[in-house]
Order: sequence, then C-alpha cells, then structure tokens
Amino acid sequence: MILDYEPAPESTAIVNLRDSYGLYINGEMVDAISSETIKTVNPATGEPLAEISMAGPEDVDAAVTAARAAYENVWRDMPGRDRAKYLYRIARLLAERSREFAVLETMDGGKPIRESRDVDLPIAAAHFFYYAGWADKLDYAFGGVSPKPIGVAGQIIPWNFPMLMAAWKLAPALATGNTVVLKPAETTPLTALLLTEIFDEAGLPPGVVNIVTGAGATGSAIVNHPGVDKIAFTGSTAVGKLIQSQIAGSSKRLTLELGGKAANIVFADAALDQAVEGIVNGIFFNQGHVCCAGSRLLVQEPVAEEVISRLKRRLETLRVGDPMDKNTDLGAINSAEQLAKINELVQAGLDEGATIYQPACELPETGWFHKPTLFSDVSQSNRIVQEEIFGPVLSILTFRTAEEAVDKANNTPYGLSAGVWTEKGSRILWMAQKLRAGVVWDNTFNRFDPASPFGGFNESGFGREGGRAGLLPYVELESVANGAGR
Amino acid sequence: MKVTVATTPVDAVGLEQRAAAFATRSIKKGSKLAALDLSIRCIDLTTLEGVDTKGKVQSLAAKAIRPMPGNPDVPSVAAVCVFPQMVPYAAEALAGTGIEVASVAGAFPAGLGPLEVRLDEIKWAVAQGATEIDIVLSRSLFMAGRFAEAGEEIAAAKQACGPAHLKVILETGELGSYDAVRLASDLAMANGADFIKTSTGKIGTNATMPVALCMAEAIREHVNRGGSPVGLKLAGGIRTAKQAWHYLVLVGETLGETWLDPALFRFGASSLLNDVLMQRAKLETGRYQRAEDFSEA
Repeated sequence: MILDYEPAPESTAIVNLRDSYGLYINGEMVDAISSETIKTVNPATGEPLAEISMAGPEDVDAAVTAARAAYENVWRDMPGRDRAKYLYRIARLLAERSREFAVLETMDGGKPIRESRDVDLPIAAAHFFYYAGWADKLDYAFGGVSPKPIGVAGQIIPWNFPMLMAAWKLAPALATGNTVVLKPAETTPLTALLLTEIFDEAGLPPGVVNIVTGAGATGSAIVNHPGVDKIAFTGSTAVGKLIQSQIAGSSKRLTLELGGKAANIVFADAALDQAVEGIVNGIFFNQGHVCCAGSRLLVQEPVAEEVISRLKRRLETLRVGDPMDKNTDLGAINSAEQLAKINELVQAGLDEGATIYQPACELPETGWFHKPTLFSDVSQSNRIVQEEIFGPVLSILTFRTAEEAVDKANNTPYGLSAGVWTEKGSRILWMAQKLRAGVVWDNTFNRFDPASPFGGFNESGFGREGGRAGLLPYVELESVANGAGR
Repeated sequence: MKVTVATTPVDAVGLEQRAAAFATRSIKKGSKLAALDLSIRCIDLTTLEGVDTKGKVQSLAAKAIRPMPGNPDVPSVAAVCVFPQMVPYAAEALAGTGIEVASVAGAFPAGLGPLEVRLDEIKWAVAQGATEIDIVLSRSLFMAGRFAEAGEEIAAAKQACGPAHLKVILETGELGSYDAVRLASDLAMANGADFIKTSTGKIGTNATMPVALCMAEAIREHVNRGGSPVGLKLAGGIRTAKQAWHYLVLVGETLGETWLDPALFRFGASSLLNDVLMQRAKLETGRYQRAEDFSEA
C-alpha cells in the first residue's frame, strides 16, 4: 500500500571516501606524528568507513604553531571586509556541495538524510553567511568599544551535529580575526575533514583553520597547550567541568555548551495537534542526540491523557531505520557506547516503576538503533527525569498550575532550553521570565537561526553561539579614549 | 447544535511546518503506482460551468468510467460532480457503473438563497438521481458569529438529502484563519456532514496542504471523541499527480490507511486526472507520452 513507502535511499556515490585520513595543519593534509589510529564506522551498519589519526601532543603543537603564525602574520590584521570574503566563499561552497556533505554526515553519524539535508547543512551554511556579514562591522557591534581578536582558539565539538557545530564554532572565531585548532569527535570526523577541501578551494590562508582528529587525549592536549588563548567546548557536562578545572589559573578564555534536560511545557489551552508535533520534534529529532532536546514533557493535567494518546498515535507513524532512506524519521544511534548508555537509563526507568510505551516498529538487524520511547508515571526524583539520556526517550510529568510547571522545569542542574505551548500570549511572556533557560521556544521547539544566540544557564554552560552575542566569546573589548571628549 | 466557539486551537506556524514535511516524503515505484491508482479512484470528476450541456456531461461520464480507453487496468473515478440541472444526464450516463452522481446544490457557490429554496434544490437533485450533494457552509452566518444558525442550516440540508451523502464545502479560502477552518469543520461534522470539503473552486484560494491538514486533524479529533468517520474532500487547484500524492501522504499519516479510500477521501478536480494518467503511463512505459495521447473529457 502507498504508506509502506518503498525504499527511497539517497545515493552515496557522490561521496569519495579515502581509506585513511591525516591531519589538516597549515593548509595541508599531513600524516600524523602519532601512529595511533581509529576506525570511524557507519552506525547504521557497523561497517568501518575510514581510518582516522589520533593526534598526539606533538601534532597538536604543530597545529597550534601553525595557527599562531597565521594569526600573527595574516589573519589578525587582515581588514574585516577581506576576512568576510573568505567566509562568504566558504558559505557558498558549502551550500553548493551541501548534498555531498549531507550524505557523508548521515553515513558517519547515523542521522536521517532528511535532517542532514534539510537542517544541518542549510543552517551550517547560513551560519557562515551570517558571521561573514559581521566581519567588517565589528566596530559597530558593541558601541563605543573596539573588539579585538583573542588569538588561537581551541575548539572541541561533539558527534551529534558534526558539521553544524563546526560551523557554529568556526564562523564567529574567523569573522573576529582569531585562528583555530578544531577537533571533531572521534566517531564523526569525516565532514570536518571534507570541509578542508572547501578551505583549500576558498583559498583560506594556511594555518587559519587546523583540524586535528582524535579522542579525549587529543582534546586534553589542546586544552592544556600554552599557545592556546581560548577554549570553546561543546559536549558533556562532566568533560566541561574537567576542562574548566584544567585551565584554572591560566589566562585562557572558556565557553562551554554542555548538557540539558529541557522541559517542554504544554498548557491545557494549547494548540494540541501542533504541540504533539513539537513534542515529537523536541525529543526525536536526531534520535534525541540533542543537548537542548525537550526530554521532559510537562503537560497540564486536564489534557494529559489526551496529549499522551495523541502522542502514542503519532509515534506509530514515525519511521525508524536506514538513515540514508529519504523517508526515515529516526536514524541510527551514534555509537554502541551511546546505545548502551540509553539502554542503561531505560532499564533504570523500568526499575523505578515508570510505565514504558514503544511503538510496534521493527528495528534493522545491523547497526545501533533504539525505538522511540515514552515513559509515563514518572516522578521528579527518577533518574530518567534528572539525568540527560541523549536518546529518543521522553519522560512525561504532569502539572496543575503555571507556578508548578516553572518549579518543575527549573528543578534541574541544567538550563539550556525550554518550550512553552499555550495560546495565551501573556502566559508565554510570564513563563519566559521565570524559566531559567538560555533559549525559550514558544509554540515551537528545536528551531535554530544563526541570528539567535544559543547557550545555557547553570550546568548547561556559559557563553553564547549565534547572533551578536556569539561574537563576544571571541573578542576583547578595548576602550579607546583620546581625551577630546572633556 | 453541539459546537459553539470552543474548539481546539490551531497554531499556524506549526501547522504549516508539519504540512510542508509531508511533501518531503519520497514515493517510489510500487508505492507511486498505488498512489496514482488511488488518486484516480478518489476523483470527483467535476464540471461546474454555466456552459455545461448534456453533451459535455456525457463526455465527462465516459471519461469517468474508462479514464484510459484501451487500458482496463486503469480504474474508474469515484464520482462525477455537476450542477443540479445536469444531474439527469449524469445519472443516465453513469447508471449501473457504481460511479456516484454528485451534485452541488443549495445556491452554490454563495449559498445565499432562501433556505426553503435551497432545501428544495437539494431534494430535487436527489430525486433526479444525485447520490451525493455538495453544499456550501453559510459563510455569511459563520463570519457574523451566528454559528448555531449556520449549523442548523447544515442539519436541515442533511435531512433534505435523505439517502444521499452530504458534503459540506467550508470555502476555506474565505475564512481567514486556520482556527476558523477548524471551527467550521467541527460545526459541519457536528451537524451531520458525511464529508467536509475545502473549496468551491470558484474563488482564488482553494485547497492547500495546511488547510487539508487542519481539516484532517479536526476529523481525527471528531472520531477520537466517538463521532462517526467523516470524509475529506479537497477541491480546487489540485492539478498534478505530485500534488495528489503529497495529499495522500498527508491524509494517510494523519488519519490512517482507512481514509485512503474513496468512501472517505476525494479530490474535486478535472485536469488532475490526465496528469495522473500521464504519470501512470510514464511508470509503465518508462517514457512520457504526448498530452494528445490522453483524451479530454
């Protein structure tokens, strides 16, 4: 029947994978000094895709040295309008090759091609376009003060949005005149490595961006390198805390974008059909591998049953499976390790007496997959309510009054995002005032725009990415007074 | 009258976002053939022109029965939809085929004739052989906030239909908001509509994906609350096979497979049929045919 939708796989022929990859240092792909390697695999099949270098301290040192030279000799003093030209070129080239990047992103990370094609890549390109626009207008960004670059930025990004996070990190750093050593996650390094082709094509001066692949040890080498002036990290709260302690006492600047346990709050007067879509998008987008995922549903009691029944019905139409299929809604879990973590927390939910619901979908036999999962009959003290699961698992709680919703929403160590669903405008404004979250979405969820700052409160981190606020982590503000004023 | 102004609100941004997502479904080969045949089986092949004649209606009926002469695999359409005066010709031409005779009635398309006259028109069309009646919601009463009266008119029309099925046209392009579309849907369903229908095809704005989704969600809620299954008819502006399968995806994923059937879903269209036939021939032969290879109705 028509709704079975025959397989509609996107072709992978557009991607040219190498057997192995070196590091991108000073404008060239070079062999790593470290001989350690790791294989990056396709999580939908478990098949290895390519061999990746695990950069050691000497490799990181070479990258930082190249970044320092490029900073001092080329990039720092280049007029903003000229830096902008490079960023515009990168943005255009990325947009032109977006299908290739989307396919590779899905192969390496497991997210549905529908998302890498329609979300990750368009927003990544938009981010470069947006910050290209700031590069020659920095003197007007903060009024009366002159923003100066910081120096060499060490940027460490996660595996959930590899290309998009690279864009979020690179674009503002480069626009403001900093140079970069970027480390993609060890399970998803391929799009960042492909991005080096775009840097070459754009004629980006050597050393402005250096890409070193590796795991925690490589990240630690960047964090602890004395030649690095600023660290920008997106990842887990535990690692964020470790980084913060490691750079204590140094002059390194730090921004952290860490975990979350966002509340998606549905009031009884909400547009319920659209709220259900927002709940689904909030927790099942990218298999729930989203730091700002709406992983706690708070629903007002009069409509709780109604919302849950609509939600269950909607889950039946979600298509879980081959991420490369254009009709897939939920793709693969990024790694065996992450799947084990999700399974452990789901078991904890069952042990704590929560009621589980999963649709009757079949999972592929190879690769790592997890059914979309709802937990009801949960309480605020349960682990599945407190801890970030980072998977397609939603915990459903109820509330009676707006005050109670706010109390429950804020009762978490995190504070990255929140969603409010109501048709009453004044209530949205009141809620937004009370919620402790970096982003509050009203009547929508998981909407990203380069012009809108993103970042967290509390243990979700500090610093903002996107918008004018996203320039701040990469500049020193210098007051220039000439005495003529008085 | 069960519905007043309290109805489930609709968020326009979310609705349009969701509606757009259906159009990204990729329909291949076997699924596409099934979608094309289903589209044909769900068409109310329509002519609603002042110049309609017996000859025109007979020609349309012939096309309805055998859309692709020479290829008996191509199914017949669901119904032929005409003005009341054309009903006798349609009924005669379609007798024994199983194809429904649909008639607009009730001072179509404005619906502003005297109620008694409109009800008589319905009864007359049914007596002449119409098995389905398409009336319009009184937008005059609806926009004035006189929802109860608008609903009573629909209930009266339902009674006048007797055994014939009642389709209520909301003329969504005139209602101004999705909230109003949802309310009008609820109003029509609560007062006995067998089908709710988007448009007359006589104004600029006809069926759209978000409006179709809005009405499908209203039907879903109606059924979840214990109401009997109500059909959905999308009319006006649907001209290509691709548009048709986007709508089928929307209806199937929102209301379930049960609605992917002419008993509960219709396209009100005329030019759509030949585009579907052309795509169908392309699937079977691997080549596009000339437009001249497909007969005009």
